[in-house]
Amino acid sequence: MRVLSEFGKFWYDLIVGDDWKIAAAVVVALALSALLLTRTGTPDQIVAVVGGTLVVLGFCVSLILDLRHKD
Amino acid sequence: MTTAAWAVLVATYVACVVEAVEATTIIMAMGFTRSWRSTWSGVATALLALAVVTTVFGYALTSWLPEAALQLAIGGLLLVFGLQWLRKAILRASHRKSIHDEEKIFREQQEAARLAGDQPDGFDVFSFMVSLKGTFLEGMEVVFIVITFGLNAHNVPVAVLGACAAVITVTILAVSFRKPLAMIPENTMKYGVGLLLASFGTFWAIEGLGVLGNRHKSIAWPGSDAAILVLLIIWFLVTRVFIVALAQSPGGADPRTPAPTKRTVK
Repeated sequence: MRVLSEFGKFWYDLIVGDDWKIAAAVVVALALSALLLTRTGTPDQIVAVVGGTLVVLGFCVSLILDLRHKD
Repeated sequence: MTTAAWAVLVATYVACVVEAVEATTIIMAMGFTRSWRSTWSGVATALLALAVVTTVFGYALTSWLPEAALQLAIGGLLLVFGLQWLRKAILRASHRKSIHDEEKIFREQQEAARLAGDQPDGFDVFSFMVSLKGTFLEGMEVVFIVITFGLNAHNVPVAVLGACAAVITVTILAVSFRKPLAMIPENTMKYGVGLLLASFGTFWAIEGLGVLGNRHKSIAWPGSDAAILVLLIIWFLVTRVFIVALAQSPGGADPRTPAPTKRTVK
């Protein structure tokens, strides 16, 4: 059980890192972009721009939340 | 070699130097404090495990996954790595997080090694496990970086060359100085690499979303590969805005002033 726990912690540290909110922001931004692509039939290039913008916004929001928590 | 190949070589080299320096600090702390034989065994085991994981997953991913799915998976991971590095760079530049200090980490690793108890006469499990974990963790990040930069430029051998050159450089420096490589401007390099990882990660992850569409093919960015440069500029501007804003807010400090003397491990 301890080995499994260590194994899980290793991959969590590697992939998610210090702040889970950043990983969550990336997942949400990509999920919203995927919905835009699959549900609305929006052209590729617009999806790319909107997706990129969502990723940047997601990072900003997660960092602001992190800073508020630290303060 | 083309300009693009040189760019991949330099980017991979710088990124891998950062990871190699971190692994070297752990290895030296274990070797000098406990047992070089067990430490090297841990490093060798980690390198072997990395080779197996890279070969198996690399073959599986490139053989069975469509290109767009590969872009989504690796781009998403790289994006998370890059944004974590940028977060740390912002917090460090505004003095809300202590800078990464190899000498401090070296001392802490040595202290942990001493507290782990007496070194047995035979095989030392503690130094074996710590060096194995440290090398494997940093090595996995190197693998992701090499795969991403290499595949994106359609030149994996050049990316591998950059990574090998980085490991050789750091090894030579470590053997020459026989102490933590604190002289390497690791924090600045991490900021630069973080910008690259975030830019490539954004580009690839969004492109890879096309696997979910009707055509199951990568979606195209406006301007094609030139979009990576635009993303790089955007990430740079975003991080600078945060650094300046945080420096001017209560609890922050002018990013141009020297780093605080109190330092902690990441």
